[in-house]
This record gives sequence, C-alpha cells and structure tokens, in this order.
Amino acid sequence: MKQIKLNLNGEIRSVLVDPTETLLDVLRDKLGIKSPKCGCDRGDCGACNVLLNGRSVRSCLILAIETDGQEVVTVEGISQKGLSRVQETMINKNAFQCGFCAPGIIISATELLNNNPHPTLEEIKEALSGNLCRCTGYLPILEAVRESLEGGKNE
Amino acid sequence: MKIINDFEYYKPLEIKEALNLLSQYKAKARILAGGTDLIVSLKEERINPEALIDVKGIIPLNLMELEDDKLFIGANKTFTDLLESDLIRDKFPLLWECSSKVASIGIRNRATLTGNICSAVPSLDSAPALLIYNAEVLVAASNTERTISIHDWFTGPKKSALNTDELVLGISLKIPDKHSASYQKLGRYKGEDLAQAGIGIYVDREKDYRFASCAVGPVPARMKKLEAFLHKKEINDKLLAEAAEIIPSEISPITDIRAQAEYRTHMMKVMFRRGMQIALEVLPGGKE
Ligand SMILES: Cc1cc2nc3c(=O)[nH]c(=O)nc-3n(C[C@@H](O)[C@@H](O)[C@H](O)COP(=O)(O)OP(=O)(O)OC[C@H]3O[C@@H](n4cnc5c(N)ncnc54)[C@H](O)[C@@H]3O)c2cc1C
Ligand code: FES
Ligand code: FES
Repeated sequence: MKQIKLNLNGEIRSVLVDPTETLLDVLRDKLGIKSPKCGCDRGDCGACNVLLNGRSVRSCLILAIETDGQEVVTVEGISQKGLSRVQETMINKNAFQCGFCAPGIIISATELLNNNPHPTLEEIKEALSGNLCRCTGYLPILEAVRESLEGGKNE
Repeated sequence: MKIINDFEYYKPLEIKEALNLLSQYKAKARILAGGTDLIVSLKEERINPEALIDVKGIIPLNLMELEDDKLFIGANKTFTDLLESDLIRDKFPLLWECSSKVASIGIRNRATLTGNICSAVPSLDSAPALLIYNAEVLVAASNTERTISIHDWFTGPKKSALNTDELVLGISLKIPDKHSASYQKLGRYKGEDLAQAGIGIYVDREKDYRFASCAVGPVPARMKKLEAFLHKKEINDKLLAEAAEIIPSEISPITDIRAQAEYRTHMMKVMFRRGMQIALEVLPGGKE
C-alpha cells in the first residue's frame, strides 16, 4: 500500500492504494465518487471517463497510483456550482434513458466544449464517438449538446 | 475486473534509473506508458510482471523536437500530442491522419505512438505512416544505444526487435519532400475499432508513390510491387485498376472473428483506389 495525494474535484485528497488498483475502483470504492461507471473494464465504452489534468481518459485503464500529484475531475466536480449548461440541456431534452452512459458522455462533452466552444455536428460526433450508449441511439444526446450551444457560451 | 497479480510500481525521473530497473528485473519488468494496452493485458492475466516502470515522469521522453531535417518524437508523446502539432500536420500528413483514426479521444489522450509500435499488433494504425516515412526507433539499454529501422522493427504478430532490457527513447523521422497522403482504415464503426484492413498512401510531385498496409498480414509492411509498378507513371483509372490487381500478391490476410480474408482483400483494392483519388486531389501542383 502506498499513500497518494491527488487533487480531486478541487480538493486535495489522500488515499492508501495498492499498485494494482485502478483509478476507477479507487474513486468508487475508496473516495466515494460514484459517477464514473464500470461498463466494460477494458477501455471500450467510455462509461468510466474522467478528466485527468483536463483531458478525458478511461479511469479503468489507469492505475490509481499513477495519479499521485495529478488533478482529477469527475461529474461531481463539474456540477459543484450547479449544473453546467450542457447538463441542463441534456435534462431538458431527456437525452438519456437508463443514464448509465451519462457521466462518461458529460465528461467527453465538457472536454470538447472547454477546447472548442462552437463545435460543428461532426466535431461533436467525433468527441462522443468513444462513448457507447445502449439505450438512446445517440440522437437526443447529440441534439442536447447542439442545443447547449445556442445562445453562445458554454459555462 | 481486478488485477490479480502483484507488482512493484516505480516512477523513475531519469532514463538511467529506468534502465537500471530494467536490467535489475531482467525480463520481469514492463514499461508503463499510457497503459491502454498494458493495463488490459494485466487484467486479462496475459502478462505477469514483477515490476511496472512508469516512464511518464522522464522529461526527455516528453520532448518533440526538430533537429536539422529530423523530427524526434519522444516515447511519451500521445496520439493527441501528435494531432495537436502543426508540424506533424504540415510535414507528416499521413502520420497525422493515421493518428486521428486511432480509437477515440479518451484513448488517444493516453495512448503513445511508441507504445503502439511496442505492442506491435498487426492492425496498429501508426505503422503505415512510420513505414512510409522510413522511421527510426531510438533504443537504449544500460550500456548501449542503438537505432532500429522501422523496416526491421516488426518481427511477428505482437513481436518487435526490442529486447526486454531495452527502453525506447523515441522515434525519429526525416522531413520528407512535399507530398500528399491518405490513410484508409476498414473498421466496423468509427471511434473504437481496430483496423480489419488498412492502407497508407503517399504521393508526391515527382511521381514517387509509396504504400504500406496493416492488418492484412502477420506484420505491417510496405507494398513494394505496387510501388514499383506505379513508379514515375502518370496515374489514370485504367492504370489504377491494373495496379489494384497486384494487391492480393502483396498481402496475406487471415479470416478471424472480425473479417474474412476475401473481404479484407477486396476492401484493400477498394481502399487503394479510394485513397489514391483523395491523395491525388490534394497533391499541391498535382492533378489539376
Ligand atoms: C478501446 C481501445 C481501442 C483501441 N483502438 C486502437 C486503434 O483503433 N488503433 C490502434 O492502432 N490501436 C488501438 N488501440 C491500442 C492502442 O491504444 C495502443 O496500442 C497504444 O498506442 C499503446 O500505447 P500506450 O502508451 O497506451 O502503451 P502501454 O499500454 O503503456 O504499453 C504498451 C506496450 O509498449 C511497451 N512500451 C511502452 N512504452 C515503451 C518504451 N518507451 N520503451 C519500451 N517499451 C515501451 C509496454 O511495456 C507495453 O508492452 C486501442 C486500445 C483500446 C484499449
Ligand atoms: S469501463 Fe472503462 S471504458 Fe468501459
Ligand atoms: S442511456 Fe442507457 S446507456 Fe445511454
């Protein structure tokens, strides 16, 4: 076991980890962060996406010990000061059904909009292409991201 | 899925330290870069290392720099880093395009070019570009450094010329003449999929044509007969149709769960013609 310290959603957190533990498991089981989901456990589905130093990554393919001294943001962090605009349009549009894919998709959409506040539909599709959704057929999700752009800025 | 097998985790900050660990653990240590292949292998218990050596803290491996006419891409550079580089986009359009077709952003943000060639699966998307640009792989062990040509790198499915005590420092590419390029990848859907067949195409104004395939043989490879057939020729539809018929003799695809050999062969011909059309259209000063 080793003590690691990371900046999690703006707060410095210390936690004891075994080198074999993934970030996904440590977030969910030791740090009480339940938004990242385990869909496939092998990088395919995107349900476990979190932002690591501002970039979306698969937390199921990262060892927790690798994140010592790094910055991790999850949906809990994104929603700290209320829902983001894209989260709101997702709710208004009923973008999800079971919602299992939602946290990962919110992470991908947030990364996109941080880098590119006015993406084209193609760019939105590219950004979300690593997130699988078994329920919706994707259209309402894409529409929600598109609608969040109307009236300008995403904050 | 838990990782069952225990290992020590090291994060050296110096190349030397990493090399010492490699020689100390002999074949029992693994280098950890982005982990997109390695962590999957650990979970599936396909490997059983005693130590993981995380090299992401080694600063020289994070460099990307131009020296004279050579670009050095440090081993820690991810596909996202390559896609964000104007130099790669301008001078190495084929590498840029191949990188853009690796998986999806969440993987590309972690996956390194070097890790991709070290895993050396036959379907790796970066290989056609590296073969066409005649890349060189810079490698170090405790007391030696050597350069391995990409043409000698791939020795079999998931096998490379790298020894177990060696660390890849990076990949070096000579700036090529102005050219245009296309990478055609056959996958089931965009975003996550390994190639079922892939062809990289390079065309320049001197009528130098280069081709390389992936996922249609035990190792990715240049397509020398096709290159020789088209060399210095003016391209027209008839010639392309004839050239496409050479392709089956250059590849040896297998039938597996992802695609049949016949289908892969057929699609290689289609993708060759499609890619040539795209490359010729964008060739500066090329086809009007
Ligand atoms: C869901 C998913 C989709 C994918 N889709 C594609 C795809 O479409 N196309 C494609 O080409 N690939 C794809 N891949 C594989 C791709 O992500 C990897 O091949 C990646 O490029 C490997 O780099 P890494 O940094 O993650 O390496 P790691 O997983 O960290 O390491 C891979 C191997 O390289 C060795 N290694 C790494 N760096 C060094 C070094 N400096 N010196 C010596 N050895 C080293 C490691 O020891 C290990 O054996 C996919 C992977 C996943 C999980
Ligand atoms: S659980 Fe990590 S990508 Fe599916
Ligand atoms: S809403 Fe059920 S998986 Fe996307």
